[in-house]
Amino acid sequence: MSIPDACPQKQITWREWLTTDTPASRRQARLSVWYHSWLAFRSNLMAMFGLTILLALVLIGLFAPILAPQDPFAQDLAARLSAPGVNGYMFGSDSLGRDILSRLIYGSRITLYIVSLVALMAPVAGLFVGTAAGYLGGWVDVVLMRITDIFLAFPRLVLALAFVSALGAGIENAVLAIVLTAWPPYARIARAETLTIRNADFIHAIKLQGAGTLRVITRHIWPLCISSLVVRVTLDMAGIILVAAGLGFLGLGAQPPSPEWGAMISDGRRFILDHWWVATMPGLAIFIVSLAFNLLGDGLRDVLDPKKSSQ
Amino acid sequence: MTEKTETGIELDQVNIWFGEDEQRVDAVINAGFAVPPGGSFGLVGESGSGKSTILRAITGLAPTWSGNISVLGNRLGEKRDKEFYRAVQMVFQDPYASLHPRQTVDHVLSEALHLHGFDNPDKRIAQILDDVGLKQSFRFRWPHQLSGGQRQRVAIARALIIEPSILLLDEPTSALDVSVQAEILNLLKRLQSERDLTYLMVSHDLAVVSHMCSEIGVMNQGEIVEMLDVAALRALEASHPYTKQLLDASVQKRRE
Repeated sequence: MSIPDACPQKQITWREWLTTDTPASRRQARLSVWYHSWLAFRSNLMAMFGLTILLALVLIGLFAPILAPQDPFAQDLAARLSAPGVNGYMFGSDSLGRDILSRLIYGSRITLYIVSLVALMAPVAGLFVGTAAGYLGGWVDVVLMRITDIFLAFPRLVLALAFVSALGAGIENAVLAIVLTAWPPYARIARAETLTIRNADFIHAIKLQGAGTLRVITRHIWPLCISSLVVRVTLDMAGIILVAAGLGFLGLGAQPPSPEWGAMISDGRRFILDHWWVATMPGLAIFIVSLAFNLLGDGLRDVLDPKKSSQ
Repeated sequence: MTEKTETGIELDQVNIWFGEDEQRVDAVINAGFAVPPGGSFGLVGESGSGKSTILRAITGLAPTWSGNISVLGNRLGEKRDKEFYRAVQMVFQDPYASLHPRQTVDHVLSEALHLHGFDNPDKRIAQILDDVGLKQSFRFRWPHQLSGGQRQRVAIARALIIEPSILLLDEPTSALDVSVQAEILNLLKRLQSERDLTYLMVSHDLAVVSHMCSEIGVMNQGEIVEMLDVAALRALEASHPYTKQLLDASVQKRRE
């Protein structure tokens, strides 16, 4: 085990260095907080299970060309609708004779792409709107929150549908549509968190040190809002995957022949009674990934809950 | 700020209120007092008497006030500028609420230095930790690793690291254990003489104020009902009935 150069004594382990009560540098202080969170997270079995599945998903997406037994677009009409295990198709083949397993493996890339884009855009938009509304108050608050209310009043799938039909079908537009409907709850959460801390003494203290509004919001309020947003994002991810799949199912998300899981279910719908595997396999994939996100979110909530860990 | 430093803090006919029209609540009525540079003035009164509100008006946290507040000879307007914050700092009542839960001691102190463009942060932080009686090993700790007294020392360090000339103290010891209270009060006294600070202190505890301050204003229901110096206070020479009542209560408490 190697020894970090910042540690003063000679014979201390990484573990001791990370759990010390008297960190000697900014980096050590920050790492030790992360390490303690990791220890708390690690003790939650179900959350670790979710994290493992998601890590596996990322690896599968990364190494799709190596892992996939066949080309996901290669058709073999002679072997169409083969049952799982028949003709060498482990998960069966679809109506064009394409290998479902390979398509699922390549589809994980699309799922990850959608999930990461939404996870990057929606909470950030919500954070900006919510903290500005909560901290500035007055008419800024009124205007921003009424806009948020308007977006909240739209049924999510219907707004996404309208948006996609206006801009044209495709993954990017589906992602935009999802972001457009996903940010208002984050704005609400960020505003609620901001309202509880804007009158805290530590915010007054930094104002008295002469910090401007922008600095107070970004350096002092954001760090306290982010943890509840992260939890909410992970819990929402399941829903976002389902909406993306739903848009794919309706033909408004990923376009054929792209192996998006929702579009694959939509393909298999016609044969669902005679050839159950065509729709079931992608359905199972969506189910497992959604479940993994939910488990992870639950574990993160235990670790990151600001009400618990702030003191 | 300019060199017109005949006065530290001066308040004249200050009214502070919350809400407007029918919901208006007058928190402070016609308050006036002056603290000379290097002096220490204490405001005593029960909860809700408006003493903390005066501090908030001086710092700009209570926006609705009228009258005349001047600090180091400069009359304060609606907004406070950076020079004001450089000259006037405040220590809050509850050390558990006044430190950001996600910032280390080092972060808090360096940000204060950064905001006012001080050079040599490492040296200054080491120096201020020494001055407030914290070991260097506390520098990278998080607030949750500190006790109440240690937190209050960090809060004092944060206020003093930018070298202000006036320190506003909002019941700085009332959230602490009695033994820690004495330590913090002695620390504040030592720092005042070392750095030639002007103190404006608010407390509900007569003993604390008489230990710290040379002059005292007694507040009741938003008004300063009586001003007296420490000698008069120790001799129990109060003229206003409310002050007498306060003194009686304080003396009785000590006998018990």
